[in-house]
Amino acid sequence: MPWGEGMPEKGKQVLLIEDEPHIVEAIRFILTRDGWGVEAHADGADAIEVIQRLAPDVLILDVMLPGRSGYEILQDLRADAATARLPVLMLTARGQDRDRDLAQRYGVSRFMTKPFSNLDVLTSVRELSGG
Amino acid sequence: MVPFKILVLVCLAYVIFLFLVAFVVENRARQGRARWLRAPIVYTLSLSIYCTAWTFYGAVGYAARSGLEFLTIYLGPTLVFVGWWWVLRKLVRIGKAQRVTSIADLISSRYGKSNLLGVIVTLLAVAGTTPYIALQLQSISLSFAVFAAETRPGWALPGRDATALWVAGGLVIFTILFGTRNLDANEQHHGIVTAIAVEAVVKLVALLAVGIFVVWVLADGPRGVFDLIEATDVAEWRLQPGRWAGLTFLSAAAILCLPRMFQVMVVENADERHLATASWAFPLYLALMSLFVVPIAVVGLLTMPEGSNPDLFVLTLPLSAGRGDLAMLAFLGGFSSATSMVIVAAIALATMVSNHIVVPLWLRMARVAGEVAPAAGYAGDVRRLVLRARRASIAGVLALGYAYFHFTGGSSALAAIGLIAFVGVAQALPALIGGIFWRGASRNGAAVGLCLGFGIWIYALFLPSFGPDGVIPADVMINGPFGIGWLRPQALFGSEGMDPLLHALFWSLLLNSGAFCLVSIFSFPTPLERLQGAQFVNVFDRAGGTRGWAHGVAEAEDLLVMAQRILGGDAAQGFFHAEAAAQGKAGFLPDTTPEFIEALERRLSASVGAATAHAMVGQIVGGSMISVEDLMAVANETAQIMEYSSRLEAKSEELIRTARQLREANEKLTKLSVQKDAFLSQISHELRTPMTSIRAFSEILRDGADLPLADRHKYAGIIQEEAIRLTRLLDDLLDLSVLENGQVTLHSTSANLHDLIDSALRSAGATAAGRDFAILRDPASEHVGLTTDTDRLTQVFINLVSNARKYCDAAHPELRIRVTERGADVEVDFIDNGSGIGKENQALIFEKFARLTDQTRAGGAGLGLAICREVMSKLGGTIAYLPGQGGAAFRVRLPRRRILPRGGSVAPGAHGAGQGPVAAQG
Repeated sequence: MPWGEGMPEKGKQVLLIEDEPHIVEAIRFILTRDGWGVEAHADGADAIEVIQRLAPDVLILDVMLPGRSGYEILQDLRADAATARLPVLMLTARGQDRDRDLAQRYGVSRFMTKPFSNLDVLTSVRELSGG
Repeated sequence: MVPFKILVLVCLAYVIFLFLVAFVVENRARQGRARWLRAPIVYTLSLSIYCTAWTFYGAVGYAARSGLEFLTIYLGPTLVFVGWWWVLRKLVRIGKAQRVTSIADLISSRYGKSNLLGVIVTLLAVAGTTPYIALQLQSISLSFAVFAAETRPGWALPGRDATALWVAGGLVIFTILFGTRNLDANEQHHGIVTAIAVEAVVKLVALLAVGIFVVWVLADGPRGVFDLIEATDVAEWRLQPGRWAGLTFLSAAAILCLPRMFQVMVVENADERHLATASWAFPLYLALMSLFVVPIAVVGLLTMPEGSNPDLFVLTLPLSAGRGDLAMLAFLGGFSSATSMVIVAAIALATMVSNHIVVPLWLRMARVAGEVAPAAGYAGDVRRLVLRARRASIAGVLALGYAYFHFTGGSSALAAIGLIAFVGVAQALPALIGGIFWRGASRNGAAVGLCLGFGIWIYALFLPSFGPDGVIPADVMINGPFGIGWLRPQALFGSEGMDPLLHALFWSLLLNSGAFCLVSIFSFPTPLERLQGAQFVNVFDRAGGTRGWAHGVAEAEDLLVMAQRILGGDAAQGFFHAEAAAQGKAGFLPDTTPEFIEALERRLSASVGAATAHAMVGQIVGGSMISVEDLMAVANETAQIMEYSSRLEAKSEELIRTARQLREANEKLTKLSVQKDAFLSQISHELRTPMTSIRAFSEILRDGADLPLADRHKYAGIIQEEAIRLTRLLDDLLDLSVLENGQVTLHSTSANLHDLIDSALRSAGATAAGRDFAILRDPASEHVGLTTDTDRLTQVFINLVSNARKYCDAAHPELRIRVTERGADVEVDFIDNGSGIGKENQALIFEKFARLTDQTRAGGAGLGLAICREVMSKLGGTIAYLPGQGGAAFRVRLPRRRILPRGGSVAPGAHGAGQGPVAAQG
């Protein structure tokens, strides 16, 4: 199924926190073609500041990041009223049940394991921004 | 007329004769050739030490002063031997069974081996015997004085004190020589006993001879004597029933309690059956000894001048009749009486003093001083000590006797001193008789009774015997201490007008026995006391072999006490209760039926072993002695129990060790499991990350028909790059697995280190043109010949160079390679000028997946250094981080020549792995 159905409103922003450059490039390509504005950041240590500064509509968050883990960042986001309701799509290469449970507990919006289907990512981002 | 010189010579000859008798007999006894010595007649004669100089001389004086009352001192012993021989038999039996060495030992042993009682009885015996010894010394010196009076002037006669001193000294030597020659377990002295038997004959013959002389020569035969007796008031029946009864009782008590009598009667007894002979022969001996007392007294009173000492009629009558030879015989008789008594008394007292006072004191002092010798030399040491204590005690006892004689001035009549001593030793009677007939008699009762009786004897009789104002002031005698009338020494509790001797006897024994009974009833004996008490009281039960059940309740109680100590209170009471219930009885004391005893033994043997249980139950029920066999069995059992318990201990230690090993293994497994999970998680991540890129871009390529060509090429390139990364990761994993499992095959080749570094730099792409990465080397130092697996070593170098190239964050990165030879080893350092690795991470970098930063794109899966470490360990070398070098620094150290073991299998993918990204790019 090709993408392009139900284009998002113009100007919606996705922030991608991911340290693997090839994966960043792939997701950026997929979302940009669908009309999203995509910003990427590779470091976990200052991720919160970047999120607060850019205030994205949807956040895509890797778990194993240099500096700080995705779980910690998620906890901080949910603890802060400004970002408590921010839609967060978590991507991880450690796809065990335990990781999924942990993410649910910390209040993730959606959880996906790598490798992912491009369409799934696109659909998820669309749904999250719509909800 | 006997010259004094001859008298002394005869005395010396007589003493030498006694020496010889004792010496020969002692030797024969040691050679086992003295069976005839163990005849009943010798035993009976040795009992004659009851008849001392007091009897020999004093009885006549007694009769002259008080008429027939002197008979009481023969009457008591006769009654005991004829009517109470079974008491004596019991004493002898107990003495043998318990290996009793003295009366103090018997009483101490009966009351739970209490040394306190031993000390009290010893003191009592010493106090009671000292006047008696003084009496003997006095009689000897008096008799010497008789002869001295008859001696021509000019003879240098020693003074009375000096005589006594000489005699005392001689007796000390004789007694020490024959009384302490050896430490026999039975404390028997055959030589001395025989010498005493000889002396018994001498004194009997002497007294009979004097009597016959008096009756048939001086008094015209028996008829004449009876006429003379009629003429005097000696034989007048001036009967004072109180005094007669008191004195008879007193002498009866004395024959049981006198230390010297106990010595010959119980300790020196060779055969219990000798008592049967003695029970008629000894009274007969006493009768013969008293036969001529009244005639001698009467003739003496009538024929001797007014004022002569009736105590010496035995000597003075023959002398005055001009029969010096007879007088000499009489003198020897008196001498025999005195010496035999002193010798035996000294031995008996020395045994008590050394066993109950000196040795315990010495041992305690030695323990306090920490001087107790090691066990090996200990027995001999104690033996020597005991002998020395005996000898010193003998000398001490005689010194005391001499001192008493010296200070009392020898003024009192002989009989009076003897009776005072009798009352003293009689204080042991309640504890003695109670101890062997009454199981309820307790240590505390005996102690309190003895002390009370002893105290009253000293206060009411012994101290006043030193005469008015002697020790006790006359005021106290008349008005009582502090004017308290009822405490007057000779009128205690208001008992006015009693004979002082009877008064003291009455009060001391009354209070003694009263206290003994009352305290015994109200105090609870210790288990040891109960056991000993049972043995003493039931001494005859065990010999018959029949189990008498007469003391059923007491036995059951004793058994319960013992069982409680072994099984514990609840268990023992439960068992006894159940057994009693089974017999249809209430309470905790079943009848001691054979069935019950058997059940109890079985029950106890579960705790202490069958032999021990049997011995303990037998001790109470059968009163049986524990034999050597029993003891061996007990020891055997104890050894087995100890072995069993040490086996158990070993077993339980083993279990503890096993449990610890299991726990450790479990902890290790848990740790391994956690590590495995973490490792799998890492592998998953490392595999999924390149696969994510591959899938994402392959989907883009599939779906993006409109993609510009440049993009398509670019994305296909990424897919290829990530595929290579995946392959490399798998290669590394396999390589590491092979290295870790030790299945790797190494190939030793020789090479120049310089060439290896060149090769590594080329492979790592460090030398490629246009690279901004400076390599600093000192080629001269690098020419080192190596024999090792050079391919593997190069693999390590490549890893290190690649790492430097990947992670060095300097603006102008450079890598310095430094080679140093250290003995048989060579060191190769790789040092870059980057920021290096933090201290906290230096220990981690050699672990699998220890990637520290986000620069995954620059490196492999974080397995490189882990592989390096494994390789170096296989090559017999090391790889370590070198801190403090400015940048990241690694040191490889390895032996220059290494003959490597050849492994069996060739591991797949062992070569060309981990060679960095350049290989992929090539």
